[in-house]
Amino acid sequence: MRRLLLTAALVAGGCPALANKIFVSNERGNTISVIDSESWEKIAEFPAGNRPRGITISPDGKHVYVCASDDNLVRVFDADTYEELPSLPSGPDPELFVLHPSGNPLYIANEDDNLVTVTDVHTRQILAEVPVGVEPEGMGISPDARFVVNTSETTNMAHFIDTADYQIKYNVLVDQRPRYAEYSKDGTKLFVTAEIGGTVSVIEIGDDDTPDLVHKIAFEVPGVLPEWLQPVGARITSDGKWLFVALGPANRVAVVDAATYEVKDYIMVGQRVWQMAFTPDEKYLITTNGNSNDVTVIDVAAQKALRSIPVGQQPWGVAVQPDQ
Amino acid sequence: MPLAAQSADLRAAVLRVDYPSLAPISRFEEVPEDLGFAGAELAMEDNATTGAFLGHNYQLETVSAPPEEAEAALGRILAEGIEAVVVLAHGDDLLKLADSAGPGVLILNAGARGTSLRSQDCRANVLHVTPSTAMLADAVVQFAAWKKWTRLYMIRGSHPEDKELADAYRRAAARFGARIVEEREFEDTGGSRRTDTGHVLVQRQLPVFTEGAKKHDVVIAADASDVFAPYLPFHLWDPRPVMGSAGLRPVTFHAAHEAWGATQFQRRFEALTGRYIREEDYDTWLALRVLGEAVTRTGSADAGEMRGYILSDAFELAAFKGQKVTFRRWNGQLRQPILLFDGRITASVSPQEGFLHQNSPLDTLGLDAPESQCDAFQGG
Repeated sequence: MRRLLLTAALVAGGCPALANKIFVSNERGNTISVIDSESWEKIAEFPAGNRPRGITISPDGKHVYVCASDDNLVRVFDADTYEELPSLPSGPDPELFVLHPSGNPLYIANEDDNLVTVTDVHTRQILAEVPVGVEPEGMGISPDARFVVNTSETTNMAHFIDTADYQIKYNVLVDQRPRYAEYSKDGTKLFVTAEIGGTVSVIEIGDDDTPDLVHKIAFEVPGVLPEWLQPVGARITSDGKWLFVALGPANRVAVVDAATYEVKDYIMVGQRVWQMAFTPDEKYLITTNGNSNDVTVIDVAAQKALRSIPVGQQPWGVAVQPDQ
Repeated sequence: MPLAAQSADLRAAVLRVDYPSLAPISRFEEVPEDLGFAGAELAMEDNATTGAFLGHNYQLETVSAPPEEAEAALGRILAEGIEAVVVLAHGDDLLKLADSAGPGVLILNAGARGTSLRSQDCRANVLHVTPSTAMLADAVVQFAAWKKWTRLYMIRGSHPEDKELADAYRRAAARFGARIVEEREFEDTGGSRRTDTGHVLVQRQLPVFTEGAKKHDVVIAADASDVFAPYLPFHLWDPRPVMGSAGLRPVTFHAAHEAWGATQFQRRFEALTGRYIREEDYDTWLALRVLGEAVTRTGSADAGEMRGYILSDAFELAAFKGQKVTFRRWNGQLRQPILLFDGRITASVSPQEGFLHQNSPLDTLGLDAPESQCDAFQGG
C-alpha cells in the first residue's frame, strides 16, 4: 500500500514525462479521437472512414494506420495534422493488423476471405495473400519479426506464418473464437485470447521455433456470470512480468502474473472493454470501452484505474504515439 | 503442442424430408430448393478449411425425399458407410428414422421441435441442434416477464401442432410468473392463404374475433402454420403487441443478425448461395459444425467417439450468439440463446437478464433435467 501511495504521489507531482498522443478508433462514430497523455484531455476528433477498428502507428510516430472495415481498405493519417494520406489496399473487411517492427510491411487479417494480406506501406502494393483458417482476426508478430501469428475465429487456431516465405509453419488449436495474439518481448511466449472459450492460451516458443501449448489461463469473478468473462485484447509489460487481459462484457481487465499464469486482480474499467495500449514508458495502460464510449487509464505499477476519458461512439482500438 | 497430422475422414449426410405444403403466407418466404443444404455446404467448407491444417477430410451428401421414401433414402445413405446424418423432418418421421438407423448411427435433429422428442420420446442416437418448442416459448415469455407484461391473451390455432405450442406457452407462463388471462381458438377453415385484397375481409373479421378479452398486456399467437397469426398485429380489438407466431418471433437465426461477429458468417453464406440465410440453414450449419468440432478436437470421425465428446464437459462451440453452445446431457439438446426477431432486426435475445439457473442461464429455456423424462442418456 505504501508503494501505491508513493506512485500516486509521483504521478500527482507531475514528474517530467513526455506527452504522447493517444489515438482511439470509434467503430460506430466513424472517427478517431486524439487524447493528450499529459493533460488526459481529448484534443481532437477527426473522420476516419467507415467502421474504423484496428489502429496502429508507425515506429517514427508519423503515420496512423486504421482498418476502415466497411471501406475495405486501410486509411492512413498524418499523426500531427490528421490530414488523410493515400490509403493502402487491405483486401476485404480488414479488422486487425500488425506492423513489422521496422515500419513495413503491414500484415492485415481479412475476416471475410480467410486471408492474411501483406501490404507494403511505401509502394502501397499487396506483397502476398496467405490463406488461413475461417474468420482471421488477431495478429501478432514475434519480436525478431520472423513469425506473424494470425488467429482464426471459427477455425480456432493460431497460425504461425513465416515472414520470409509467407508459408504457415505451425498451427496450434486454441479455445473458441481466438481474438488476439500477444508475444512477450523476449519472444519466448505467445498469449492467445479466446473470447467464447473464456481463456488465454499460453504457447511457449522453443529454441527451434516450435510452439508448445503449455497452459490455459481461466478467469473467475464472484457475481459475474462465467459467460461474460470474454478475453479480447491483451498486453504484456516489456519485463515480461505482467499480462493485462481485457474481459469484454465483464467490464474488467484481468492482471495476470506472466510467469506463474496466476490471475492476481481484476480492475474495473468501462463497459465492454476491448483493446488496450501502453504509453511508451509503460506507466499507463489505456483501454477502450465500447459500450460506455470512453477509455480508462490504468496505472500499470499500482494496477489501478485512474480515470476515464470520454471519446467518440463505440471506441474499439487504441494506439499511442512513440516518444518524439 | 504442435498438431500431429492425424487422418480423420468425416462423411456426413443431410436428409431432408419434403412434405406437401401450402404456399407461404408471404412472397418473402418462398422456400428455396436448397433449404438446409446450403447451410450444410457452408459448414463443410468451414470444416474443410480447418481440416486442411490438420489432415482431416470432410465429405457431404445431401438427400431429399418425400415422407414415404425417407426410410429407404436413409437406408441408402447408411449403406454407403455414413454414420452421421443430419435430419430435417417432422418429429414422427425423425423417430422412425432414428429407430431404423440403429445405435451405431449419430442422428442430428435440425428440423423437429416437438418437446416430447427431448423427453419421453427421446432416443440415445439423436442429438437435437434445433431448439424445442418449449425453449422458444420460454424465450418469448421470459422477455414479456422482463418487460412486466405478464397478462397474456393467447390466440391459438386448431391444429394439433398449435395445441402443442399453446401447451408450451402455458408452461412458460407458469414458470416465469405470467398469467394467461384469456385463451381463444382461431379455427382453420381451409382455403387459400393468399387472395387478392384478402386484407379487406381480415380487417373486418379480426377485431370482432379478438374483442371483449380480459385485460391483457400482450397477445401471444400460437399458430404453427401461419394460418392467422401474421394478420394479428394491427388488427386486434385492443392495441397490444403480438408475440410468438407473429410480431416478435423466437428464432435460432435470421439474415439481419450481425452481433457477435455474425456479419462475416452472413456474408460467407450469401457469397456461397446468392440468397439470405434461413433458420433451417443455420440449424443444419450448426449441426455439421458440431460434428466438425468433434473431429477437430478428437481426431476421430467415429460416430460413438464423436457422440461421447459432444456430450462431455470438454465440448464447446462458438455459434455467433455471444456465448458458447453446449449440450444437455439429460436429453441431448443443444443449449443456445434464442433471438427475438421483429422481421427486420434482432429486438432482444433470451435468456433475459435476471433469469438465473444454478448451471447456466441457458438452462432457463426448455426442459431442465428434473423436467425431462428422457432416460436414454443415463444420468445427465
